[in-house]
Amino acid sequence: MSEQSNGSGSVNPHSMTIIVTKGSLDWAYPPFILSTTAAAMGLDVTMFFTFYGLPLLLKDLDLKVTSLGNTAMKMPMMGGHMGMPNLVSAIPGVDRMASKMMKNLIKKKGVASIEDLREMAVEADVRLIACQMTMDLFEYDTSDMIEGIELGGAATYIEVATQSHINLFI
Amino acid sequence: MADKVLDAKGLNCPLPILKAKKALKDVPDGGTLEILATDPGSVADFQAFCRTTGNELVEHSEDGGVYQFLIRKTA
Repeated sequence: MSEQSNGSGSVNPHSMTIIVTKGSLDWAYPPFILSTTAAAMGLDVTMFFTFYGLPLLLKDLDLKVTSLGNTAMKMPMMGGHMGMPNLVSAIPGVDRMASKMMKNLIKKKGVASIEDLREMAVEADVRLIACQMTMDLFEYDTSDMIEGIELGGAATYIEVATQSHINLFI
Repeated sequence: MADKVLDAKGLNCPLPILKAKKALKDVPDGGTLEILATDPGSVADFQAFCRTTGNELVEHSEDGGVYQFLIRKTA
């Protein structure tokens, strides 16, 4: 009998992986909220950052949100909820303004910043894997990234996923 | 009297849980952690947290928008 360790077929019921594919301010939240919470609940967590999710590993984050093409994005304003017509969203500076508004809301409502959540993920030993192909494609260097990340590809992710009970794509 | 008190008032999901997890490290085995929070979602979340981690949610209550939880460290 072989040991139950890294062999195929052994799934750790307390484990989760997340493929992180989006890097805007709003889309950065679900993966980091879920990874930090799962780690706090005793799960082994792995995050695989690919395509537009990869910049979430950069040392300096400057996350923005856009209402362009996002009809569901409505912010509380003047006692109601207001969206923004696409044409307005396309005007230079509007994204910056919307991003600032959302960051103000985040602070006001006691929601953690992505920087803080990411730090907590690192502290909680969440495994952070940067997609090597995306690094090459968008010309990022490991020196641009925070400490403690690993590099890997699809096979690296799949190996972890085969042993993981929860596998999410965000 | 709890062994440790965590004031998580004004913090939103998932911060009360994350801070509670951290605070539990300073609580001796079998000891208790009292948490104060204003996030209404924390009621369901602390129950789920305790069920999953094996810690005991001894009691929880609400008073004027402040939720109080008492967790015994059993895991």
